[in-house]
Amino acid sequence: MSVRRLAKEQPESFAFNKKSEDEIKFWLAKYPESKKASAVIPMLWIAQKQEGWVCEPAIRDIADRLSMPYIRVFEVATFYTMFNLAPVGENLVQVCGTTPCMLRGSEDLMSVCKKRIGKQHEMSEDGKFTWVEVECMGACANAPMIQLANKDGDHYIEDLDAETFEKLLDDLAAGKKVEFGPQSERNASEPHGTKVLSDPSLYDGSRAKKIKLPNTEKAEG
Amino acid sequence: MVELLQDKDRIFTNLFGHHSPGLDAAQQRGAWNGTKDMLDMGRDWIIDQMKASGLRGRGGAGFPTGLKWSFMPKEVGARPHYLVVNADESEPGTCKDREIMRHDPHLLIEGCLIASFAMQAHACYIYLRGEYVTERLAMEKAVKEAYEAKLIGEKNVHGWPFHVYIHHGAGAYICGEETALLESLEGKKGQPRLKPPFPANAGLYGCPTTVNNVESIAVAGTILRRGAEWFASFGRERNVGTKIFSISGHVNNPCNVEEVMSIPMRTLIETHAGGVRGGWDNVKAVIPGGSSVSLLPKDICDDVLMDFDALSAHKSGLGTAAVIVMDKSTDVVKAIARISYFYRHESCGQCTPCREGTGWMWRVLTRMAAGESTIEEIDMLLDVAGQVEGHTICALGDAAAWPVQGLIRHFRSEIEERINNYREGKPVFVSQAVAAE
Repeated sequence: MSVRRLAKEQPESFAFNKKSEDEIKFWLAKYPESKKASAVIPMLWIAQKQEGWVCEPAIRDIADRLSMPYIRVFEVATFYTMFNLAPVGENLVQVCGTTPCMLRGSEDLMSVCKKRIGKQHEMSEDGKFTWVEVECMGACANAPMIQLANKDGDHYIEDLDAETFEKLLDDLAAGKKVEFGPQSERNASEPHGTKVLSDPSLYDGSRAKKIKLPNTEKAEG
Repeated sequence: MVELLQDKDRIFTNLFGHHSPGLDAAQQRGAWNGTKDMLDMGRDWIIDQMKASGLRGRGGAGFPTGLKWSFMPKEVGARPHYLVVNADESEPGTCKDREIMRHDPHLLIEGCLIASFAMQAHACYIYLRGEYVTERLAMEKAVKEAYEAKLIGEKNVHGWPFHVYIHHGAGAYICGEETALLESLEGKKGQPRLKPPFPANAGLYGCPTTVNNVESIAVAGTILRRGAEWFASFGRERNVGTKIFSISGHVNNPCNVEEVMSIPMRTLIETHAGGVRGGWDNVKAVIPGGSSVSLLPKDICDDVLMDFDALSAHKSGLGTAAVIVMDKSTDVVKAIARISYFYRHESCGQCTPCREGTGWMWRVLTRMAAGESTIEEIDMLLDVAGQVEGHTICALGDAAAWPVQGLIRHFRSEIEERINNYREGKPVFVSQAVAAE
C-alpha cells in the first residue's frame, strides 16, 4: 500500500467557489440524503480541480458538509492516490509505468521526465511541471501513455515515444495547445488498417427496424 | 480453420469510435430496439434467456451472469434493490470497458435498464475509475440523452421507473473488487468486506445489490434481441459468446477487438494485432488475461485457446482477456517484478499477508532480476507466495501470488542462470535484439 501524508504547509482556510458549488449540487443529487457521504470522493475531486490539490481545510469543510468525522474524510483523501496532497505544477504529467506500458517504452518517457522536469513529485523550478509515475491507467493498447492534468482538464495522451513526448513537453512549456488522445494516426484503440467493422449494413439503419424478439413463443404458451 | 467473428455478429459496432456515440446514431446501430418488448416478457424470461445464453461475467472471475441475477431476493422488502456496474477497469492490460463507455454508452445504459428490471432495482450506479474523466463525461452525456428521450427516468416509455447515476473513484485498483467498490461508493476507503453476507443480501447501503462488469451488462440487450442460442453459438461449451480482447505489449498493432470466445491465441494475435514483433517464433511469453494470471511460455501459446477452461487447464486464466505479449527481448523477471510492484502499491493494507507479502515479493523479485539472490530464495519466494494466496479477505492476495508462481513455474532456469551469472561476474541479463522481419 502507498503511505501518503498531508503537506506540512497548509493554507489558513478554504472555500468552494461558485462553479464548484454548482458541481457539488449536481453530485449530491445522486445519493439518498441519508447517504450523502457517498459524495466524498467527487467533492474532494472538485476541491482538487479548484485548487490543484487537496488541503487540510478543504478536508474539514467537506467533512462538515457531509456530516462525516474529519478522520473519515482524511482517510479517503490519503487512501486514493489521485488526490494530490501537496501543490503540483501547472501541468501534472502522470506517466503510466505498469508492465504493459513498460514493455512499450514507458521507461524512456520517465527518463525524459527526469531530464526535463527533475525528480518525481517535485515541481519544476518554473512551476510549470510536476511528474509522477502512476499505476496502470487502462489504456494498454495505446501504450505508452500519460495522463495530463492542467487547466484544460484531464486527458490521456497515448501512443507516445521519447521523441513525441519531448515535443509535447516543449509545446506545453511554450503554452501551446496540445493534441489529446493517440499521437499516432489512430482514432482510438483500433488495429492499424483494420477491416473490422467495415460492413456498411451495420450503420444504414437496417438494425433500427422493428424486430420480433426470438424465443418469445414458448414463454407465452 | 477457425471461424472468425464476422461484422454482422459483432455486438459493439462502434468499438473504435468511427461513428457517433450519440443516441440517434446508437439507435441506428440497433441499441434500444425492442427493449420494451423484452421488459414486457417479464423478469423470469430475461433471466432464463441470460442463463441460456451461457454468458459468463466479463470482469475476470467468469461467474455466470444470469445465475448471478437470479440470486437477488424475489420480493422487494423494506430495502430497495440496486444494480452497481463495475467500471473501475484497472487490471493491467485491460482497456475494453473504456471503449464501450466512450463509444457505445447506450448499449451499457440499455443493459442497465434490462438488468435492473430483472432484479427489481429502480436505481443503478455506474462506478468509473477516477482516471477515466473523458469516459465519465461521455457517460454523463449519454445518460442525459437517455433521460431526455424518456428511455429512462421516473416516467419513461418502458414503464419501469429507473435512474442511472454515474459515480467515480480516485485511483485505487482495489475498488474493482466488488465489496471494496461498494465501500468506496458509500464514501469510505476501498477495503473489501468479508463475505458472507454477499452483496445480493447486503450490498450498497446494506441493501440487496448486484455488481456486474460493464461488458457483461452492455451485451445483455443484444443477446435478448438476437437470441440466447445466437450468443451461445460462438465458442466452446461453457465458454461461449463473443468477447472483447485487449492486445498489448510486443505486437505490431496493439488493439482492442471483439472476437469469438475460444479463438486460438495465435490466430487472435496474428489476425488482429498484426502479429508478434519479429514473428511468432520471437514470442517469449504471453500473459493471457491481465496481470493477475500466470504467464504462459511460447510452447503453450502455440496452440492454446482463449477461453476460461483452456487457460485454467494451464494454471492460468482468461481473466479480463487482456493479452500482454512479451517477445524475446523482454526481461521477463523484471516484467513480473513490475507487476509485483503494482500489487504492492495497490494492496489496501487490510490483511497482513497481502500488505506485507506483496512488498516482500517485490523486493525479492527485484533482487532476482539483478541476479543478487541465492538459488534457495526461489523456493522461499514460492513458499511465501503460497502463504499469501488464499489467506486474505479478497482475491488481491491471490492475484499478487499467481504471476510470481507462474514465473517460477515456467522460467525458473532463467532466474537460476542470472544468479549464477551474477556470481561469476558475467552480465546478468542480455536482451536479445528483435529479429528482422
